[in-house]
Amino acid sequence: MSGRESFLLDGTPVPFAPGETVMQAALAAGHYIPHLCYHRDFKPHGSCKVCTVRAGGQTVASCTLPAQPGLEVESATPELEDNRRTLVQMLFVEGNHFCPSCEKSGNCLLQAVAYELGVLSADLDHLFPSRPIDASHPDLLLDFNRCILCELCVRASAEVDGKGVFALSGRGIGKHLIVNAESGRLVDTAIAATDKAVDVCPVGVILRKRVGFAVPIGRRRFDVAPVSAQAKGDAPRPPREKERR
Amino acid sequence: MTQSAPGRLRVATTSLAGCFGCHMSFLDIDERLFELAQHVVLDRTPLTDIKRCGPCDVGLVEGGVCNAENVHVLREFRRNCRVLVAVGACAINGGLPAQRNHLDLGTCLQEVYLTEPGLARGCMPDDPELPLPLDKVHPLHEVVKVDYFLPGCPPPAEAIWSFLADVVAGREPRVPRELIRYD
Amino acid sequence: MAAMPATAPTVDPFLDQVLARHGADASALVQILRDAQARDGWLPPATITYLAARLGVPRARVEGVAGFYAFLYTSPAGRYRVLFADNVVERMAGSEALRERLCTSLWIERGKVSEDGLVSVDTTSCTGMSDQPPSLLVNGRAIAGLDERRVDEIAELVREQVPLDAWPAALFAIDDNVRRRDVLLASDLAPGEALRASIARGQDEALERAGNERSWRERMPALPQGPALTLEEIKHSNLRGRGGAGFMTGLKWEACRTAPGPVRHVVCNADEGEPGTFKDRVLLARHADLVIEGMTVCAYVVGASSGFLYLRAEYEHLLPGLRETLARRRGAGLLGARIAGVPGFDFDIAIHVGAGAYVCGEESALIESLEGKRGIPRNRPPYPVTHGYRQQPTVVNNVETFCAAALVAARGGDWFRSIGTPRSAGTKVLSVAGDCARPGLYEYPFGVTVREVLADCGARDPQAVQVSGPSGICIGAAEFDRRLGFEDLPTAGAFTIFDGSRDMFEVARGYAHFFAHESCGFCTPCRVGTTLLCNAMDKVAEGKGSRHDLARIERLNRLLQASSHCGLGHTACNPVLDTMKRFRPAYERRLCSTQFEPAFDLDGALARARAMTGRDDAGAHLLDESPGAAEAERAR
Repeated sequence: MSGRESFLLDGTPVPFAPGETVMQAALAAGHYIPHLCYHRDFKPHGSCKVCTVRAGGQTVASCTLPAQPGLEVESATPELEDNRRTLVQMLFVEGNHFCPSCEKSGNCLLQAVAYELGVLSADLDHLFPSRPIDASHPDLLLDFNRCILCELCVRASAEVDGKGVFALSGRGIGKHLIVNAESGRLVDTAIAATDKAVDVCPVGVILRKRVGFAVPIGRRRFDVAPVSAQAKGDAPRPPREKERR
Repeated sequence: MTQSAPGRLRVATTSLAGCFGCHMSFLDIDERLFELAQHVVLDRTPLTDIKRCGPCDVGLVEGGVCNAENVHVLREFRRNCRVLVAVGACAINGGLPAQRNHLDLGTCLQEVYLTEPGLARGCMPDDPELPLPLDKVHPLHEVVKVDYFLPGCPPPAEAIWSFLADVVAGREPRVPRELIRYD
Repeated sequence: MAAMPATAPTVDPFLDQVLARHGADASALVQILRDAQARDGWLPPATITYLAARLGVPRARVEGVAGFYAFLYTSPAGRYRVLFADNVVERMAGSEALRERLCTSLWIERGKVSEDGLVSVDTTSCTGMSDQPPSLLVNGRAIAGLDERRVDEIAELVREQVPLDAWPAALFAIDDNVRRRDVLLASDLAPGEALRASIARGQDEALERAGNERSWRERMPALPQGPALTLEEIKHSNLRGRGGAGFMTGLKWEACRTAPGPVRHVVCNADEGEPGTFKDRVLLARHADLVIEGMTVCAYVVGASSGFLYLRAEYEHLLPGLRETLARRRGAGLLGARIAGVPGFDFDIAIHVGAGAYVCGEESALIESLEGKRGIPRNRPPYPVTHGYRQQPTVVNNVETFCAAALVAARGGDWFRSIGTPRSAGTKVLSVAGDCARPGLYEYPFGVTVREVLADCGARDPQAVQVSGPSGICIGAAEFDRRLGFEDLPTAGAFTIFDGSRDMFEVARGYAHFFAHESCGFCTPCRVGTTLLCNAMDKVAEGKGSRHDLARIERLNRLLQASSHCGLGHTACNPVLDTMKRFRPAYERRLCSTQFEPAFDLDGALARARAMTGRDDAGAHLLDESPGAAEAERAR
């Protein structure tokens, strides 16, 4: 680590490699910045805005902010945390999130980030959208009610699986996930249960059938340790490892 | 237990569109109920069977708002309780009852009371005694101002205890991070 | 596995022709979809499947693009699609009543297609006709200056199913309404004059010596100094972008010119979508040569070989004139290969027509749209000057900026910077609309006061002016001595006047709905926040708002300012905040005296159950809770 350039995250020096963003460098050093649409295997997206920090007098998404030597970054301030809470609450009222019945509960990043931020309720008026589920596929279930529009499945299916099974349509509050079929049904796409796109969903939209609750509630990823204690798990892999993959 | 006692907090509880699971979790504080009884007097609650809520320090409300009666009870609690607490998933976001929100209420009623196969003589219940259902189930905070939220389905007994202990001790209630659960 | 649905025919000559017209290139997807839609008036699922297969891209990508733009239809919209422009100026001129009149006359419900598939009537955002409202688009063609007689005439033409081309030409007449000319609108620059002046700079020996001392990168050997020296003039002129942000044009051009890469692009942003503005409509209709000249000068300076004019869909009616201008200039050697006889100076311009998306006025979203994608603003850096169209160096400037640049190229930086104020050189064309006797275009040197403009356009009893549209600032009468310019009131040109009879709360509510409609939905704060803001404003409008709701609006605003992805989200709360600050009584008088009001209409939420049970007794209703209820109960 010595000799590498560094920036300051809430006053703590964080070393970084050339080309890394603030988020990537922070996670690699074990510092947690709340995030939803960022994933170590994909190019930073910058849409959820939960990772917004203050740097150089401006508020900016840390997942897309290039790390620069000496940059002073504030993240854990009351104002930024408050904004993050509101963003998470917005996602909760935008969809229909009923954790008690969700197979992803305990493994869900939205829920884990909400716990981390101390969100006790949505506190906004729910939009209660109507989003029918798609159970057409023999091995997979799509429950759009939980979609937070992070586009990770879109990116994974296009970039890793090479299939383009998912995309977004509509705009504004009407933006929604679609699948690559004229019928609009998952069964008519090229998706397979082994696809990266299936694994990458941070919430409970894309689920495998017949494997529900294999790990009991209470023993799941974020039941065991809060998301903030798992920062390194979200850090980008070393480049060599990536090349081998 | 229902006599007012100086220095003791008056607490009311109720369940709107809920399953009483949150009340069960409340009872799960077990032997600490005795300690609580030294600091708290219960007003309207299913435990006392008092039907109307009087002036209280704390109101714990479980369940979402699904019909006109729920609105009346919730308003009664809001009028009377200094601190109103939404307890559990249903009170906080509508929960299980709100899973009907994407269905048209009219179609539901029609199917249940008029067209369901096997109904001998279907008829739409219209007795003025019956509360009418709202077209959607709403969380408490969309109907009245809510002061605190205790999430969970149900909230862990520890979270309920911790909250009440804070209030009894005159502290600003704070749900410890490790007790925040939505499932 | 379910059977695959019936798919498109294996060969569709019409769609093949559309594809061929655009080189079967997926980066022209927006253009392809526009043309494909011409056949059925919408994009049936089979059409999307067919195009995706032929373009070799996932069908979901094509559907995603089709679903993004307001003027691309994924469900039938009627053979006659009537869209009333719906901004505050149009409403003030009575557009809502006229829309209802047309609906009634055609026996249809707003937003629904008639049963025979003949016609639909709906609304769209501002169509750039605020100087002659109310206005509408029928199948993309603009009709302005509507009144009852015209609406009845349109109803008759639709009922008789008269083809659009056979409608009376007078219906489609559009006035220019140029009211005050200065150097730009009065320009008599001959086509090619600015270009020749730019090229001539390189032939001046003294200048050439000076220029040689500067570093420059050029690929035109014959007259190498012209571009560098013209760039110096642009920089020296202090010309700043006219789109609102006011970035120094010379710096932008220089950054593009020095960015590494073999191919460069010049893009004219004619996606003028800010409610209340229409200046680009007139500039493109009457001064197209000046616009194209500016783009060509830019290409000469930065070494660009390709150009795009991104024309908003609402200005489709300007296409024939623009195409004619481009053709004429090609004929005159002012576009194409060896422009003005300079070897290597090869540059041409393609027109890209948008499809109904305000956010595409943001330069990186515009580039995404040019590349055939959903119009989502990109993450920056990198900026378009280095990584623009196809990730190549690209200059994106406003229509008016290119006009001004052409003037600078012809007359020099000294001349230009002598006009206006020290930090705001030159003139500004204003789109004056709303409550005044003479709406239209007014060109002033920067530094003019709001009061002067109000006097010139004949505004009676003005209480407020929305400067630069809803993304700008709303000022009240106490501020009418403020000056337009980057020092005080920056403006992209919209100047919308409200007289004392107008309800400023309703003005702000209309703008809030505009932003929610136009949010691209990429980032959480803007996607959800603009909708929550609308809901809060609607609640206050219905007399159901409390202080709790005002506090929530302020919280939303803070969040949108701090964490939105682009300017749309940053500014979406401005109209509400500005009016809340300056016209507080308009809000106060609507507020309930209570601290909290339910999020929804409680009694209304019982209506469905009442209808089903036939009950109307007291218990079947939920009355508002009176503020005194608590006291009354305690007193019992």
